[in-house]
Amino acid sequence: MEQKLRGHAHKYGKNVDTDVIIPGKYCNLIDPVELGKHALEGLDPQFTAKVKAGDIIVADTNFGCGSSREVAPIAIKGSGASAVVAKSFARIFYRNALNIGLPIFECPEAVDAIENGDEIEVEPATGVVRNVTKGTIFEAAALPPFMQALIEAGGLVPYVERRLGGM
Amino acid sequence: MTLTEKILARHAGVDRVSPGEIINAKVDLVLANELSAAVAIGVMRSIKGGGRVFDHSKIALVEDHLVPARDAQSAKLAKLMKDFAAEQQIEHFFDVGRGGIEHVVLPEEGLVAPGEVIVGGDSHTCTYGALGAFATGMGSTDIAAAFLLGEVWLKVPATIKLVYDGALGHLVYAKDVMLATVGALGIDGATYRALEYHGSTIDALSITGRMTMANMAIEAGAKNGIFHADAKALAYVRSKTERDFIVERADADAVYERVLRIDVAALEPQIACPHTPDNVHPVSQVTREEILVDQVFIGSCTNGYIEDLRVAAKILEGKKIASNLRVIVNPGSQKVWMQAAQEGILTTLAAAGCAVNTPGCGACFGGHMGTLADGERCLSTTNRNYVGRMGSPKAEVYLGSPATCAASALTGRITDPRVLELAGV
Ligand code: SF4
Repeated sequence: MEQKLRGHAHKYGKNVDTDVIIPGKYCNLIDPVELGKHALEGLDPQFTAKVKAGDIIVADTNFGCGSSREVAPIAIKGSGASAVVAKSFARIFYRNALNIGLPIFECPEAVDAIENGDEIEVEPATGVVRNVTKGTIFEAAALPPFMQALIEAGGLVPYVERRLGGM
Repeated sequence: MTLTEKILARHAGVDRVSPGEIINAKVDLVLANELSAAVAIGVMRSIKGGGRVFDHSKIALVEDHLVPARDAQSAKLAKLMKDFAAEQQIEHFFDVGRGGIEHVVLPEEGLVAPGEVIVGGDSHTCTYGALGAFATGMGSTDIAAAFLLGEVWLKVPATIKLVYDGALGHLVYAKDVMLATVGALGIDGATYRALEYHGSTIDALSITGRMTMANMAIEAGAKNGIFHADAKALAYVRSKTERDFIVERADADAVYERVLRIDVAALEPQIACPHTPDNVHPVSQVTREEILVDQVFIGSCTNGYIEDLRVAAKILEGKKIASNLRVIVNPGSQKVWMQAAQEGILTTLAAAGCAVNTPGCGACFGGHMGTLADGERCLSTTNRNYVGRMGSPKAEVYLGSPATCAASALTGRITDPRVLELAGV
């Protein structure tokens, strides 16, 4: 992922759970765009009307707690949001996001310094988070080497293909 | 090494593992339900060379979340998984009427044994830790990879040791102990960690009580929750399967990140108030104000076991539920349903005014069969009460034990089952 991700921040609190990211009644949907139409519906019914392509979700601790539904990061991706910056992520959400290629960044200092609506730029390769509106720069925690390799391979699918190919 | 580390080391083919290390572990069973399978099957089909699952005898597929199908789209997902099971000759496929909730079904069918590694496309896969297995939930892409490779990458979790002492009071159950634990840890208090349960209270618990406790490890954010398989657990597993397994024990010098001691002797029934499962208070505190209830739900992979239905039926026997509410009961599995039928429990519940549904997840996740309206309040034996969990985001969900739920069903408001018993109602 070479390019920078840039958009406005949609800021939320802690423990944003998968039931509000994509309510259970929509979990029988598969299409990312359809899912995206209901992203964060349980938390902020206006989100899908406000979000523009590239926008960045900013949240406090434990983002994505609750169920294992992979449709949660898929719905966020489908909504047009380009990344999530949070103080911390719940475990399964973290895995799912990496596996499906939704860039996520753990950066408590950046979260504290970002206000709703600020323009944000993130560099996936370096983890640098820039608050363009306020002119401040932060660095997100680096991914462990295995996960960097996973992302470099393009996610879990190409990784499995390589393994099946006997490499 | 801790119990979790021992199991993971063996499945990674190494002598030792330490917390934080990333390993590739062989899996003994991969689980999915019709929702997680639908996405996993799509991912699997998109993978070059991904035509066949690694072992058709080591995959379990359970139709439980939206069956009997709620609508055409849900029916499509159920059919997708059924067709996949046929195509791949999956040995352990459970259609509606032959299974129930995945986490109730797998132990019942002997598909879980101590020392095994089980991954599932459902966060409550951690339930199987009750039998001494390492079991954890994952998303569908991970499950697709596990279908094909028979192994998963895992970050070895640090372990939190939970030590419980004291005998449970009258009308206090494993559910209350676990709610108190989640309250003490917080919903992210064990994120990326393993929970290892110890102590005299645990030794005295039934297998299903342990399942209730392992089930809710995820509610503290944990990767897994695990018990040592004792004689009781081994007898349970041996009654279900003849296959070989290796029982592991934590080493005497195992390193724990933290030890939490919980004395349960004085523990009251507990209630998780809206809207997080760690918002836990003793029932005596919650009942200081009158909290009227529109729906009581008894069921789920937390409390849909025969013991739970027995507790509820004992309280409701010969009585009528309050006129202001409805009570919905989903036995956890077809076997639980049949056992309950034989014991007359289903008739007792129906006679009291409960709607007894077919086994499955039912109202637990707001999918169908008991979805809440705006402004409604539900007291439930399930494991989560996030906003919108059981339907409308403007509804409220409280969590409690089957005894607390049954007692509250009689009065129409959240009620301490001990107070109700003293009152002779
Ligand atoms: S009963 Fe509820 S928590 Fe358990 S698997 Fe079904 S939806 Fe999930």
